[in-house]
Amino acid sequence: MEPLNALVSVANFMLVPALAYGSQLALGALGITLIYSILRFAHFAHGDTMALGTAAVIGGTWFLQAQGIGIQPLPTALLALPFGILVMIGYLLTVDRMVYRYYRRVKAKPMIFVMASLGVMFVTNGITRLFMGVGETRFEDGGRFLFTVREFREWTGLAEGLALRSAQALTIITALVVMMVLFWFLNRTRAGKSMRAYSDNEDLALLSGINPERVVMITWIITAILLVLAGTLYGLDKGFRPFNYFQLLLPMFAAAILGGLGSPIGAIVGAYVVAFAEMGITYAWRRVFTYLMPEGLEPTSMMQLLPVDYKFAVTFAILVIVLLFRPTGIFKGKVL
Amino acid sequence: MRKFLLASTALAFSAGMALADEVKMGVLLGFTGPIESITPFMADSAELAFQEINDSGMFLGGTTITPVRADSTCVDSSAAQAAAERLISSEGVVAIMGADCSGVTMAVLQNVAMSAGIPMISPSATSPAFTTTDSNGLFFRTSPSDARQGEVLAGIVMERGFDTVALTHTNNDYGAGFANAFAESFAAMGGTITITVPHEEARGDYSAEVGALASAGGDALVILGYVDGGGSVLRTAYELGAFEQFFMGDGMYGDELVAATGESLEGTIGTIPWAVGEGADAFQALAEAAGVNASSSYTRESYDAAALLALAAQAAGEATPAGIAANILRVANEPGEPILPGELAKGLQILADGGEINYIGATNVELVGPGEAAGSYREYVVEGGEYVTVQFH
Repeated sequence: MEPLNALVSVANFMLVPALAYGSQLALGALGITLIYSILRFAHFAHGDTMALGTAAVIGGTWFLQAQGIGIQPLPTALLALPFGILVMIGYLLTVDRMVYRYYRRVKAKPMIFVMASLGVMFVTNGITRLFMGVGETRFEDGGRFLFTVREFREWTGLAEGLALRSAQALTIITALVVMMVLFWFLNRTRAGKSMRAYSDNEDLALLSGINPERVVMITWIITAILLVLAGTLYGLDKGFRPFNYFQLLLPMFAAAILGGLGSPIGAIVGAYVVAFAEMGITYAWRRVFTYLMPEGLEPTSMMQLLPVDYKFAVTFAILVIVLLFRPTGIFKGKVL
Repeated sequence: MRKFLLASTALAFSAGMALADEVKMGVLLGFTGPIESITPFMADSAELAFQEINDSGMFLGGTTITPVRADSTCVDSSAAQAAAERLISSEGVVAIMGADCSGVTMAVLQNVAMSAGIPMISPSATSPAFTTTDSNGLFFRTSPSDARQGEVLAGIVMERGFDTVALTHTNNDYGAGFANAFAESFAAMGGTITITVPHEEARGDYSAEVGALASAGGDALVILGYVDGGGSVLRTAYELGAFEQFFMGDGMYGDELVAATGESLEGTIGTIPWAVGEGADAFQALAEAAGVNASSSYTRESYDAAALLALAAQAAGEATPAGIAANILRVANEPGEPILPGELAKGLQILADGGEINYIGATNVELVGPGEAAGSYREYVVEGGEYVTVQFH
């Protein structure tokens, strides 16, 4: 039973949270990689746009709750998702029309786009705080757990327990479904193929009659869907606080670059690597090894590589190492 | 021109009159930030004392006290210092009731109040560091130091049979000071602390911190922090099954914690500075009559801090910073006529007649020199979402 206890313990404290966190990052990193490959710039406003999208969903959730509409035991926020997505599509297309389209027309350098997106980031950031404030907002309702630690212990009789929160399960399942739909869209539909063609070779795509503005529009629409999903799932899991969304920017970019910019599968793999590295390196492994090692050889130290405070340092280190030694990332993406 | 001169003379004259009849006192509390949920009640209580003084009409021959509020933010030292600067230089306050959280209070004391010579009485700065800081006799507090609370809490944990615990504290002066005091006392009583993990406020996810605490193990988790971060740690630890029993310090106490943590909080035991007896009852009645929420934390301490400032000015015979600072200990401690909340007029009268008072107030005030107060603690346990008193220490 000892190895089983070790497994359950590590799953409870690290694997399940990291899997949920990785899924949230993956949805965000997919958006970054899409924008990078189609519009050819690093979208710095990603984190704060995610916060604004989540704010729209929260607004929708409050409205539905006030009307007494819900889908117990699932969170009401799921019902409000379409509303949030519509708001974000409108917002992103407006921003594109007002800001980015001009720079596309004058064929500005990518760095100018990046700076423009930085400006958009500050504006978006301000709008979110205007509506939501800076504090924490919890909008999770419905059943909180699929099963709790105590229930798990009763079923299995193990010393260690495992909890699975509905928000975590929901995140993992939704992320899987969205990824599959996205790959189907990119590989099988006409619009998806035209996006890939535009990404591979812009001039050739234009010659073969692909409308660039249409490709750009579809990209923003898909980005809006990914953003709102990622933001809402993150908020359901960990609570909504605008600053935390801004902080997500670093791990999301690390994931996209690690996987290879412009490669959707790379963004997903990169996201899980970043999530597991962050959690694994700052996790104290003593309990696990106490179960695994023979008696008398239990570790006396905490077996923790880095203190918890250094979580973001792990992400940063990954980013630096990848850029130094393999700038194209795992899946041979573009170089930033 | 003549008219202008006349008008400005009249204005200056009336301003001069107003100055003679009015003295300003600062109320520097964190109206925004981590403890924003309790500060309005603290300010109300302090202003309740000033109001009582004003209503009596006996303060320095009919002078009135005007409280001026300013925001300490609880966490941002530069903002707190700027607020204190404003109170002193543009509002011209003679003393400050505040600040609240230990970190900003220390910053305001050392960088603003000491250079301006303005006395401060904090209702809630509980860091042990104030006991040893030399403030030139300018700093006082009405809540006891965390060194004492650490000792009391360690005793409670031991008494309940938990001799191996994990410890987490909020990463600031208050949390670190409190954690040190707890760890020292707990070790001295023969207990073992498996790990000490600091946590930051306002994080989305605390599973990594809880993972480290769980891995180190222990029969219970001691959390010394605020509702925001500490509450999240508690909930995460309970939901991940890392710990079943929690102990907490005064910073977590409040109805917000019950709302934020729900059933995870059941059975949690903690301490908070609290007073019982005649003074506390008198304050309760007074606050209820005035429509002030008296059951929130640090309301009694705030009332006492404000009352002490006014009584010290009366004892000095003048509302000046130096006079107030020099007389705080004299009115707070024996010998003299005991003064309870609601009896401030009586105290003012005795002082005006040249007598001595011993201000008891709502919290049985007894100041042990500048920077230190003796005090009592309430031990409570959470049952059915309510804080139930176990006993007083």
